[in-house]
Amino acid sequence: MSVGQPPLNSPELRRLSPVLEPGHTYATVTDKIAAIVLTRPVSLGWLAGFGLTFSFVMILNIAVGWLIIKGVGIWGINVPIGWGFAIVNFVWWIGIGHAGTLISAILFLLNQKWRTSINRFAEAMTLFAVACAGLFPLIHTGRPWMAYYMFPYPSTMGIWPQFRSPLIWDVFAVSTYGTVSALFWFVGLIPDLATLRDRAIGKPKQIIYGMLALGWRGSARHWHRYQSAYLLLAGLATPLVLSVHTVVSFDFSVAIVPGWHTTIFPPYFVAGAIYSGFAMVLTIAIPLRKAYDLQDFITMRHLENMAKVMLATGLIVAYGYFFEFFLSLYSGNKFDVFLVKQRLYGPYNHFYFALILCNILTPQLLWFQKIRTNVAMLFVMSLIINLGMWLERFVIVVISLTRDFMPSAWGRYSATVWDYATFAGTLGLFTMLLFLFVRVLPAISIAEMRELVAETTEEHK
Amino acid sequence: MIEHRSHTYGVLGEFDTEHQLITAAEKTREAGYKHFEAYAPFPVEGLSEALGLKRNKVPLITLIGGLCGGLGGFFFQYWCNVYAYPLNIAGRPLNSWPAFIPVTFELTVLGASLSAVFGMLALNGLPQPHHPLFNVERFSKHATSDKFFLCIEARDKKFDLADASRFLQGINAHHVTEVLDD
Repeated sequence: MSVGQPPLNSPELRRLSPVLEPGHTYATVTDKIAAIVLTRPVSLGWLAGFGLTFSFVMILNIAVGWLIIKGVGIWGINVPIGWGFAIVNFVWWIGIGHAGTLISAILFLLNQKWRTSINRFAEAMTLFAVACAGLFPLIHTGRPWMAYYMFPYPSTMGIWPQFRSPLIWDVFAVSTYGTVSALFWFVGLIPDLATLRDRAIGKPKQIIYGMLALGWRGSARHWHRYQSAYLLLAGLATPLVLSVHTVVSFDFSVAIVPGWHTTIFPPYFVAGAIYSGFAMVLTIAIPLRKAYDLQDFITMRHLENMAKVMLATGLIVAYGYFFEFFLSLYSGNKFDVFLVKQRLYGPYNHFYFALILCNILTPQLLWFQKIRTNVAMLFVMSLIINLGMWLERFVIVVISLTRDFMPSAWGRYSATVWDYATFAGTLGLFTMLLFLFVRVLPAISIAEMRELVAETTEEHK
Repeated sequence: MIEHRSHTYGVLGEFDTEHQLITAAEKTREAGYKHFEAYAPFPVEGLSEALGLKRNKVPLITLIGGLCGGLGGFFFQYWCNVYAYPLNIAGRPLNSWPAFIPVTFELTVLGASLSAVFGMLALNGLPQPHHPLFNVERFSKHATSDKFFLCIEARDKKFDLADASRFLQGINAHHVTEVLDD
């Protein structure tokens, strides 16, 4: 946004920070977005970023390879702490994915126009985050080649999964979530793939995009059914996204471990998921719009709205922390009271205080519009919130497991270099997939941008 | 003329705005053409109504898919945990149905989503690698970008190449061309 504008809180700002900068036509939005994929040369910055993240994927390969050779003993987990980094990272990654679905499904149902230019890469982010998330429980099993045991399939052993177990619910929730997110993403991509097919130069690109576009030609009858299907998918993805983190929270709350066994977990996990997801969308959107000159499409309005969603979900999360704390004390259950004291005074209390700082105190700055419209500040805050949400999962998993009912079952947890390597590796995998994504697929939905052009030109008349 | 017609898919006219396309679609329908189709680079509001499209079958297919997923999912779990592999855990009932709800819900959503997407593609006849319209250069260049098209198809009883071309020009289409069928 340019400087030298009217007072920040005036209605003028609404007009001056629209969801799409004025002056765009169907042809210009198509050209600009398609050019990122089709004609823009590979930049040095992209190569450097891709190379760096690719090297992290190699670290992931080594870490997982060594894990398969040696077993989960290379991690810092041991009785009584069976759930270290792997589950912390699983919950963190799957939470990040939630913002993508929220933007693409819930904001679509609520008819929020500002979702249009951010939904595509937010959905891509969801898919990549779910891929990273899915990896952790898989390798945490210790024998990932036997992971198919969790799916019900007929075998000579005659055994079937125990469907009363939250861990089996998790398998179904996460795999359904991954599948539906991929479908939603692909359906949204079909018209854009057709655009790329028609604009690609050279046979290989034409053939690849042509096959992926499935022969889409923009027929009105096709659009008619397409819109029904898209709306239905949005309607289905909305309860799904709420159910996924609910089921993830059941992994904890169904257990009787102090600090886990609480009914506040499902809503508080879902709010936390959306909170961290929006932080991650900002972490991605801010460099993306800068690198590819997309400030016209991802405007200040988008960043500000995302900041507001972060503030709102951050407050829900703060409410969750408060009630978790209050109910433990109010219950009079000595194990719950003890756990609260452990969080405040125990050996991991610095994690708890860092969590409060990152997740509750920092986002309060978002009440100020000056900060919501300051891109650099938003970027830093998004990183802090990402970190804070990771700490939250660490506090939940580790503090409860190290302080069980009996002192004889207490323990300490510290991660090993392999824990860190695996986590850093998935961060690399996630970022590398994003680097690839912006080069091979349109990072912004072109068809929806044209719709937005049609709507905004209507408004100007 | 009859020989020629067997190779003609239809006549294609081009429009610059979605409003022109809607008006053109209405006029074509009023003129008595039945088999014609509008093409737009994004879903145009009001175009379905202008073409006289009724409700489609995607919601019904989705409902059926969701019901199959949900009922199938629930009774599959029931069968697994009650008949195929019963586990007595502290004497609790084998059919502990509340515990089956999360997976039932997920499978309902999965069944419904898969049927919505594949149902939509099947009804649209996709994937379809080739279509006669792709023979028209301007269609390939602009239909998925910035122009709007209307095609009167040769299978229409009322179709006559010259008449249809003149009709399209009469409703302000430009670049009116014959679409060949090979």
